[in-house]
Amino acid sequence: MKRYAKTHEWVQVQDGIATVGITKFAADELGDVTYIEMPDLDDEFEAGEIFGSIESVKAASDLFCPIGGKISAINEELEDKPGIVNESAEDRGWICKLENIKEADLKSLMSQEEYLAFVRE
Amino acid sequence: MKLIFDKSVNGRRGVRLPASDVPAAELPQALLRSQAAELPEVSELDAVRHFTLLGRQNMGVDTNFYPLGSCTMKYNPKINERLSALPGFSELHPMLAQLPEGIDYCQGALQVLYETEKLLAQTCGFADATLQPMAGAHGELTAVMMFAAYLKAKGETRRKIMLIPDSAHGTNPASAAMAGFTCKEIASNADGDLDLDELKKALNDEVAGIMLTTPNTLGFYESAVAEVVALVKQAGGLAYCDGANLNAILGRIRPGDLGFDAMHINTHKTLSTPHGGGGPGSGPVCVAARLEPFLPQPKVYKNKDGSYGLSEDSAQSIGYIAPYYGNFSVILRAYAYLLMCGGDGFQRISENAVLNANYVRERLAPWYEQNYERSCMHECVLSASRQGAKGVRALDIAKALLDKGFHAPTVYFPLIVPEALMIEPAETESKQTLDDFCEAMIDIAKQAEENPEALKNAPLSTPVGRLDEVGAARNPILRA
Repeated sequence: MKRYAKTHEWVQVQDGIATVGITKFAADELGDVTYIEMPDLDDEFEAGEIFGSIESVKAASDLFCPIGGKISAINEELEDKPGIVNESAEDRGWICKLENIKEADLKSLMSQEEYLAFVRE
Repeated sequence: MKLIFDKSVNGRRGVRLPASDVPAAELPQALLRSQAAELPEVSELDAVRHFTLLGRQNMGVDTNFYPLGSCTMKYNPKINERLSALPGFSELHPMLAQLPEGIDYCQGALQVLYETEKLLAQTCGFADATLQPMAGAHGELTAVMMFAAYLKAKGETRRKIMLIPDSAHGTNPASAAMAGFTCKEIASNADGDLDLDELKKALNDEVAGIMLTTPNTLGFYESAVAEVVALVKQAGGLAYCDGANLNAILGRIRPGDLGFDAMHINTHKTLSTPHGGGGPGSGPVCVAARLEPFLPQPKVYKNKDGSYGLSEDSAQSIGYIAPYYGNFSVILRAYAYLLMCGGDGFQRISENAVLNANYVRERLAPWYEQNYERSCMHECVLSASRQGAKGVRALDIAKALLDKGFHAPTVYFPLIVPEALMIEPAETESKQTLDDFCEAMIDIAKQAEENPEALKNAPLSTPVGRLDEVGAARNPILRA
């Protein structure tokens, strides 16, 4: 089950590992993504902390970590092909994975339904 | 159009020098090139034609309406150019003031610098100013460096947080970060103003100050600007005014009177100096009395006998931030403009700048969404969200305007308005020009309804068509 942040990141937890990316809505709003500044492996973040940034031809935006934890993987494919975020923001366009996560952080995030209502406003 | 290198012919020369009648001097081997420089070999006529053609393909304020929001692309009066080209100024060596007795030979230039500082400080309500910063963002950096020096002198180094509204220019957080501050974003409310509750929540004894653009980048006068400044100062912080939008309030409001501690002025916006090709720029900074000791060096001063000198011995100064005294020839143009327009002239400038923006805003209201229901200052922000339903984006509208003979407005800024089109007509445009522009915008809105696909191919009439901006950003070729 994906959970969503007001800052337009999604997170999906499976077997104690959280996969994080930006939402389709955010990717559409940004337009063609040209660069993603990734966190380093083993970096630790609290929920709400900036863990990277994303640039498109229109703008550069900070990426906010939706859940506390330690970076265990980054999506290296995005380095050469940042456009994958536009093609498949919520699947192949994932940005990083975290371990040692604080699952309690999930409670303050939104369900997909709540998030879609939030962006419609 | 071919590059001048493509026009190069081996051995062709613009000028052939006569044979030397003195023996050639030997140069040290270490200073010689290992191979000849790669320069285009063309005749004088080839070179003149090349650059004349390039110039004709350029779009500028002298050829087209240029409503680039947040940039104040006003007409640059040609008298500024005449004055800055006077040999007494243009042939002055910048070292002269620092040579023994040289100061006697550059009194006029020093007087221009001194009086420009005083005029700017007076116009904006501050104690003093520096003309040294070479651009607006350099002015921001200079000001926040003075903030840092001031806080350090007071022993308040724990104050590390700079508050910045979410509608700010990106240069604000960049300048603050370069001066060693940590930035905290403050949200705007539903009316497009800074959210006072958010501000109050953010204020504490670690806050160094706030960087506020007045009017803000949505083109609105912050309703509570005096309260924002007072709150920050009560909490022990300093208040910085980003003067990018000074044209809207010139001669009507002095930011210093609102309590700001410092502000920068973009001479290439408000004071009609050229924007020209990314430079040379000039971003003077005005300061309140408490920051005066921290102004950069050197500083022009006036002696009792009316002569001028340069001082470089201020103990608390942040030091040197630029070579010499700023971009002198640009400052000279600004000085001429200040003398031409000062007083009542300023009020007419801001009045017409605001009137023109509201005229465009009202005429386009039936065709383009406006996220805030209020009159604007010197620029209006429209949204292409209605056209977006047909697949037409702000970028397509901007490109279509080029085909109609207008420079595009700023697009996708400020970030808090989706598909933003930010239009700033400036006071120098006539109603006829504004009407022509509005008709073009209305035509494009109709086309977006009826034949949206056609807009995707614009522009068709420019020297180059739609550029691949995504390709350029993703796969830049940085070396030939």
